[in-house]
Amino acid sequence: MLNTANDQPTLISLEDVQKWYGAFHALKSISLSVRKGEKIVLCGPSGSGKSTLIRCINALETIEEGKIVVEGQVLDGSTKSIDAIRREVGMVFQSFNLFPHMTVLQNCTLAPMRVRGTSHTDAERLARKYLERVRILDQAEKYPAQLSGGQQQRVAIARALCMEPKVMLFDEPTSALDPEMVKEVLDTMIGLARDGMTMICVTHEMGFARQVADRVIFMASGEIVEEAEPEVFFKSPKHQRTKTFLGEILAHH
Amino acid sequence: MGPIGENEFFFLMQGLKWTVLLAIVGFIGGGIFGILIALLRTSKTKVARRITAGFIGVFQGTPLLMQLFVVYYGVALLGIEVNAWIAVAIAFTLHASAFLGEIWRGSIEAVPKGQTEAANALGLHYVSRMKDVILPQALKISMPATIGFLVQLIKGTSLAAIVGFIELTRAGQIISNQTYRPLLVFGIVGAIYFIICWPLSHAGSGLEKRMAKAAR
Ligand SMILES: Nc1ncnc2c1ncn2[C@@H]1O[C@H](COP(=O)(O)OP(=O)(O)OP(=O)(O)O)[C@@H](O)[C@H]1O
Ligand SMILES: [Mg+2]
Repeated sequence: MLNTANDQPTLISLEDVQKWYGAFHALKSISLSVRKGEKIVLCGPSGSGKSTLIRCINALETIEEGKIVVEGQVLDGSTKSIDAIRREVGMVFQSFNLFPHMTVLQNCTLAPMRVRGTSHTDAERLARKYLERVRILDQAEKYPAQLSGGQQQRVAIARALCMEPKVMLFDEPTSALDPEMVKEVLDTMIGLARDGMTMICVTHEMGFARQVADRVIFMASGEIVEEAEPEVFFKSPKHQRTKTFLGEILAHH
Repeated sequence: MGPIGENEFFFLMQGLKWTVLLAIVGFIGGGIFGILIALLRTSKTKVARRITAGFIGVFQGTPLLMQLFVVYYGVALLGIEVNAWIAVAIAFTLHASAFLGEIWRGSIEAVPKGQTEAANALGLHYVSRMKDVILPQALKISMPATIGFLVQLIKGTSLAAIVGFIELTRAGQIISNQTYRPLLVFGIVGAIYFIICWPLSHAGSGLEKRMAKAAR
């Protein structure tokens, strides 16, 4: 644990959030609050709603009921609230989703220029700073396809950081990577955590969870089943479903 | 039988000029409106999607020849005095925008969803999302089909003869009637079409092969 952050203000709060895909109840009464600087690891079996949950936070998915607040901004479905929230929330996807027709540098400068109105010069300076931070500045002029998976994911992290978000959401950032590239991405994320970034990470990398998380949250069937500090979570899980799940993933790793 | 001399050849070249101009006007006009059609066809608004689907359906489901007639006489019926050139340009623009709109709708939808999501997550708005992220990728995907349609359009311009337009094919017919050498004249006309269309087709299929290889 890097930061218990108990005295920090709440940055994200979800109250009784309900989400349906048609008749399918994907999120059931989710309540969660995340303090500034907190690192949350979200885990659970496939289809349990982990991606859906974090995608609701930056309005990539809409919710049917409940309340989401990010940095005092209530997400009410209006363009204004969505814009305000997306400016504060960065996201990293499993499949990187870099823009393939742009260089690494262009990938990083686009949003600051278009969304924040940053000048080209300033946007490049910003991009170089964050590319340096994810240790990939030497590849700035290359196209995504010329990079390895691990390098692409680090560029994706830099691209999100260029918007200088207050929170970073990670949706299984290492699951599409070859095993030998997982570490470079996790190390980048650990670095980010050390610098005090507020993070919600969907991941099954339990080593990462142990090292970085303030809280581990276990989801199943659209519900938060259990949440605890990593020590407690791994040593003495309360619920049977958590035990079964931990047994399965620890057997795999 | 008369000889095919400089004058006849010059006449054919005049026809070729109109063929090329018609194709260019149709392609540019169709390109501009086609982008619009494609954007409306993929928009969130149901009405916009319905209307553009209807427009595409009508122009893909009827012969180009009939479209030329309807626009040519339809414009006259509206009491507007236009020359054949304007009427034909309008007809080709409408025709091309329906086909290009449909081609580009397909390519916009072929851009992986993750691209839109990443753009949204970064806070990019519709205009930037389309202009900077989706359309450049969609246009690249559409290149083979777009070039294929351009070739169809060039050949399709010969139908403009029906409303009195002297483009390449009609010019050939006139020369053939004057010289009584149809095989020679249409041989030349055919060769001219081929010289224009074949490199385009070739470039299109080359591009398609290269893209298929890159996707593997
Ligand atoms: N667009 C959608 N339409 C309908 N159902 C969906 C949609 N997206 C997700 N679902 C369903 O919602 C449930 C939760 O999906 P979600 O992607 O959030 O799961 P997850 O916990 O992230 O799983 P995984 O570990 O496989 O990524 C799944 O049962 C899924 O089939
Ligand atoms: Mg998921």
